[in-house]
Amino acid sequence: MKIPYLLSLVTWLPALGAVVVLFLFRKEQTGAIKRFATAWFALDFLLSLALLAYDRGAGGFQFLEDGEWIPVIGARYQMGADGVAVLLILLTTLLGWIASLSSWEYIQKREKEYYVLLLLLQTSVLGVFCAGDLFLFFLFFEVSLVPMYFLIGIWGGERRLYAAIKFFLYTLVGSVGLLLGLIKMYFLTQDAALVSAITPATKALVAGNDAARLMLDHSLAAAQQAGTGTFNIMFMQALGSVIPMGTMQVLLFFAFAIGFAIKVPMWPFHTWLPDAHVEAPTAGSVILAGILLKLGTYGFYRFNLPFFPKASIDQSYFWNGAFGVRNVMVVLAIISIIYGALAAMYFVVKRDGDVKKLVAYSSVSSMGVVMLGLFAANPNGLNGAVLHMINHGIYSGALFLLVGIIYERRHTRAVNEFGGLSHVMPGYAAVFLAMAMTAIGLPLLCVFISEFLAMRGAFEANPYWAGWAALGIILNAGYMLWLYQRMFFGNVENPKNEHLPDLKGREWAYMVPLLVMSLWIGVYPKPFIDFIQKPVAALVKHVRPDYPVNPAAPLRAPQTAERRADR
Amino acid sequence: MFLLQASTTALFDVADLKLIAPEIILSLCACVALVMEVVLPYRKGRWVGYFALGATALAAASVCVLGWSMVAGFLHELPLVGRLVGPGSGGALGLTGFYGTVKVDGFAVVFKLIFLLSAALTVAVSLRYLDVEGEQRGEYYSLVLFATAGMTFLASGYDLIVLYISLELMALTFYVLVGYTKRERQSNEAGMKYFLLGAFSSGILLYGMSLLFGVAGSTNLGDIAPAVGRAALAATVEGGASLRPLVILAMIALGAGLFFKIAAVPFHMWAPDAYQGAPTSVTAFLSTGSKAASFALLARIFLEALGGMRVDWAPLLGLVAAVTIMVGNWAAVTQTNAKRLLAYSSVSNAGYLLLGVIAANQYGYTGLVVYLVVYTFMNVGAFGVLIALRRHGVAGDEVDDVTGLGQKAPGLALMMAIFMLSLGGLPVTGGFIGKWFLFGGVIQRGAAEGRDWYYWLAAWAAFNTVVSFYYYVRFIRAMYIGDREADARPLSLSAPLKTALVVCAVCVVLIGVYPQPLIKAAESVVTAVLPAAAPLAQR
Repeated sequence: MKIPYLLSLVTWLPALGAVVVLFLFRKEQTGAIKRFATAWFALDFLLSLALLAYDRGAGGFQFLEDGEWIPVIGARYQMGADGVAVLLILLTTLLGWIASLSSWEYIQKREKEYYVLLLLLQTSVLGVFCAGDLFLFFLFFEVSLVPMYFLIGIWGGERRLYAAIKFFLYTLVGSVGLLLGLIKMYFLTQDAALVSAITPATKALVAGNDAARLMLDHSLAAAQQAGTGTFNIMFMQALGSVIPMGTMQVLLFFAFAIGFAIKVPMWPFHTWLPDAHVEAPTAGSVILAGILLKLGTYGFYRFNLPFFPKASIDQSYFWNGAFGVRNVMVVLAIISIIYGALAAMYFVVKRDGDVKKLVAYSSVSSMGVVMLGLFAANPNGLNGAVLHMINHGIYSGALFLLVGIIYERRHTRAVNEFGGLSHVMPGYAAVFLAMAMTAIGLPLLCVFISEFLAMRGAFEANPYWAGWAALGIILNAGYMLWLYQRMFFGNVENPKNEHLPDLKGREWAYMVPLLVMSLWIGVYPKPFIDFIQKPVAALVKHVRPDYPVNPAAPLRAPQTAERRADR
Repeated sequence: MFLLQASTTALFDVADLKLIAPEIILSLCACVALVMEVVLPYRKGRWVGYFALGATALAAASVCVLGWSMVAGFLHELPLVGRLVGPGSGGALGLTGFYGTVKVDGFAVVFKLIFLLSAALTVAVSLRYLDVEGEQRGEYYSLVLFATAGMTFLASGYDLIVLYISLELMALTFYVLVGYTKRERQSNEAGMKYFLLGAFSSGILLYGMSLLFGVAGSTNLGDIAPAVGRAALAATVEGGASLRPLVILAMIALGAGLFFKIAAVPFHMWAPDAYQGAPTSVTAFLSTGSKAASFALLARIFLEALGGMRVDWAPLLGLVAAVTIMVGNWAAVTQTNAKRLLAYSSVSNAGYLLLGVIAANQYGYTGLVVYLVVYTFMNVGAFGVLIALRRHGVAGDEVDDVTGLGQKAPGLALMMAIFMLSLGGLPVTGGFIGKWFLFGGVIQRGAAEGRDWYYWLAAWAAFNTVVSFYYYVRFIRAMYIGDREADARPLSLSAPLKTALVVCAVCVVLIGVYPQPLIKAAESVVTAVLPAAAPLAQR
C-alpha cells in the first residue's frame, strides 16, 4: 500500500496531536490527556510501519516529497528517507509511544504541557530523519532543543535548571558550528566550477534510485534557474566528491563535526550528557538517549562522511602526514569508549553511585562504538555502526525505563540502597538481566551483532583500533555485571525494599516490545541489515571509490587491500 | 509677481512635493495632534493616539504609492494576495528631487516603511502605558510623529545637510521623549544623559561631514562618492597623497558619531541608562525606529559616500562589530532589570546589523533589511509584554516579574517566548532568517575577497549568539519553569496593545517560516539601490 506524503504525515502527525491536546483538553483532564497522547503516539507508530515498504533492492532515498518553500535561497520542502533513516524513524515512533506510556505515573504536575511538549519533540526529531533538504534539517535539528529544554527544566530532578540550560547552550554551541559550515556549503553549491565537475555517476550513486536522481536534478535545475544555491542533501553529497582536499574541506568537516560530536556526544564534549540524563524525567531520558543522541551519529552518517569524503578518510593532514582527520575522530571515539566505560565503572564502585549516571556514561561508551564503526568507513563498520544506533536506542531506552521504574517505587537511584531485588521483584530482575546482557553484547541479543560488525569493520581498517575499543567493551561487561550483582543478588538488607511491587501490566506493555526487538535483532538481524546494506554500500563507494566491493571474497582479501590503502 | 514666481520655481519644482508626501503628512498630523488635545474633551488623550495611528497608516499608504513597483513585488510573493498583484518592476526606482537632495529609491522606501511600522506599533503599545503612568497627553503622540518624520526624511536624504537636519529632528524629539515621564527621576536622568551625549556625538558627526565637504566641495552624496574615491586612492596615484589623511579622519569622525547613534561599543554607554530610564514605550521606539534610522544613515554614508574607501572602513567596522557583539552579550548576562538587559541585547544587535554593512553584498543588504524588520517586531513585542505586565506602582521591569507568566497568562507568555527565541535567532523565528543572511553575507564577502578575517568575524558573531541565548532563555525559564507566580492579580490588556503583540508574534513566526516575500522585497532594494556599492560586490 502506498500512502502519499507518508513522511510528512508521520512527521507532522504528533504536532497535530499537540495542537489537539492544547485546544481540546482542559488542564484538569489529566487521565484523558495521557490516554489520548499515548494513543496518538501509537497511531503514529502504526502509520510509520508503512515505511517498511521501503524497496530494499533499490536503495537510496525513497518516499520522496518535493515542494517549493523559499525559492530566493533555494530551500525546498524536501522529504526523503533511505534505509537507515527508515529504521531510525521506526525506532523514534516506537520509543515515542513507550516514552509516553512510561510517563503516566511519573509525571504528576502540569500534564497537559508535558504531553504537548513530548508530541512536539517527536515531530522535530522525526523531521530531522525525514528531511531531504539541509535547511529543513537544520530547522528541525535546532527546534528539537526547545521541547527538550522544557522537559528537563520543568519535570526534572533537583538540579534541573542547571542541567537544562547546560544541555541547551552546549548543544547550541555545536549547532552554531554546524550553521557556519552549512552556510559555506550552501555557497559552494553555487560554485560553477565545482558543480560542473560532478560526474553523473556520482549523482546516480548518492541518489541510489531513479526517482531520487530526478529530485536531485530538479533541485539543481530549479536553483540554477533562480540563480541560487541548493540545500538538497543528495546534491551536496555529490558535491562532496569534488571539493578539493585542503584547509577548506578540513575546516568544513570540523564545523559539521562539532555540531554532531556534541550531540553524540563524543569525549570531550560529553559533559552535558550525564547532567541532562540524571535530571531529566524518565521519558526525557529515553528520548534523549534513544533518539536525540542518534541525531549526532546520523549527522555523521548523512553529512560528514558523504559531504567531505576526502577529509573523512584522510590520515595525513596534520603533523607532516603523521596524523589525519580520520585519526582524530577515531582517537576520540576510542577515548569515548574507554572513558565512558571507566566512568560508568566508577558509579558501581562508588558506594552510593547513581544508576542513571551509570547508564548515561555507558551511552557515551556505546556511541563511541558507533563513531568507530562509522570512521572505519567500510561496509562492516558502517553496517555495525548503523545497527548499533538502533540497538543502543533499544537497550539504553530500556535501561532508563528500568531505572525509572525503580525510582518511581523508591525515589532513589543510589546503588547501595538496593540489594537482593531479585527476591522481591523477579519479573523486574529478569527484564533487567536481559537488558544488561544486551548491553554487554551477549550473543543472540541485538548488541552482539552490531558490536561485532563494528569491531570487525574497525579491525579491517586497523587492528589496533579494534584492540583498544575491545578494552572498553570488556570494561562494559565488568560494570554491568557488577551492577547487577550489587542490585539484585544477595539478601534484602534494606527494609524499604522488602515490599516493592513487581512490574505492572503497563510496565510490561512497554518493556516487552523492547525485549522482543532485542531478541529478534540478535537472532535474525537479516531483515534489518537488508534495510541498511544498500545505502551503506553506496556510501562506502562514495567515500572510497577504490574500495574493493566483493561480498563473496574471503575475509582476508578486503583486509589486506584496506590496509594497503591506509598506509 | 513675476519675481515671486521665478524665485519659487527656482527654489523647487512643485512636482517634487510628492516625493516628500509621507513627511508632509506626518508633519501636518503632528501639528494637528499638538492642538487636538486642547480641542478635545477632558481626558481624551487616547483619541490623539488613535489619530496618530491613522497618520502613520496614511503616511505608509503614501510611501507605498511612491514605491509601488517595490511594494507590488512584495505583495506578489504572498500566498493568497499574490495572484491579484503583478510581479512589480523589481524596485527599479530612484526618484530624485529638490536638486538632488532627496532621493526616493528602494532603500528609502523600505526604511520608511520600517520606521512607520515601528511608530505604529509604538503608538499602539503606548496607549496603555501612558494610562498606567497617568501621562496620557496628546503631545506625546505629536512627538512620536515628529520623530518619525525625521526618520523618514533621513531615509531619503541624499545630501549631508538634509541628512543632518533630519537626524537632529529625530534626535531632539527623542531627547524629549526619553525624559517624558517628568515626575520620575530615572526618566529625567536618562533624558539628560542622552541629550548631553547625543549632542556631543552629533557634533562629532557634523565635524566629519564638514571634512567630507572640504574634500568634495559638495554636500551631495552623489558628488562626494567619486571625490572620496579619488582621495582614497590618492596615496597610490602620483602627486595626490595629501587628501588621504583627511578622508580617513572624516571616516573616523563620521564613524564615531554614527556608532553613538546605533549604540555600538565603545560609544554604547548611554544606551543602558537611557533605555532603562525612558518610558518603556519610548524604549521600544528608541531601540527599533531610532536604531533603524541610524542604520539607514550609516549605510548611506559608508556605502555611498565612502564607498570608495571600503578597504579602510571594512576592518574598522569589523572590529567594532566584533567588540560590540561581545560586550553587548556578555554585559547582558548579569543584568536583572529587563529593560537594561534588553538595552545590552540591543547593543549586541547593533553589532549583528553592522555585519550587513560590512558584507556589503546582496546577502548583507538583505540581512540588514530583513533583520531590521524582524527586530522591529520582536523588540517592540518584547517591550510590549513588559508594558502589559506594568501596573501603577508595580514596575514590571525586572526579569523576575515575568515569573509564572506561563500559568497566569499562557498566551502572553508564549508570545514573549517567541520574541526571546527570535532575538536569540532560533530557527522557525524571523531572527534566524535575519542572522542567516547577515552571517552568510560576511562569509560570502570573505570568499570573494579571499580574506580570512571575515570568516573569523562570522564565527565570532555566531558563537556569541550562544551567550545571548543564556539571557534570553532566562525570561523563558522565569515564565515557565518554577511553579511560583510573581503575583496573582490578573492582567488587563488594552485592545491596541493586544493587537500589536499578536501582530508582532505572528509576523515573527511567519517571517521565520515563510520569509520569501520579505527577502524578495529586500533583494529588490539591493539590486536597485546603492549603485555605488554594486561594482564593489563584484570586485
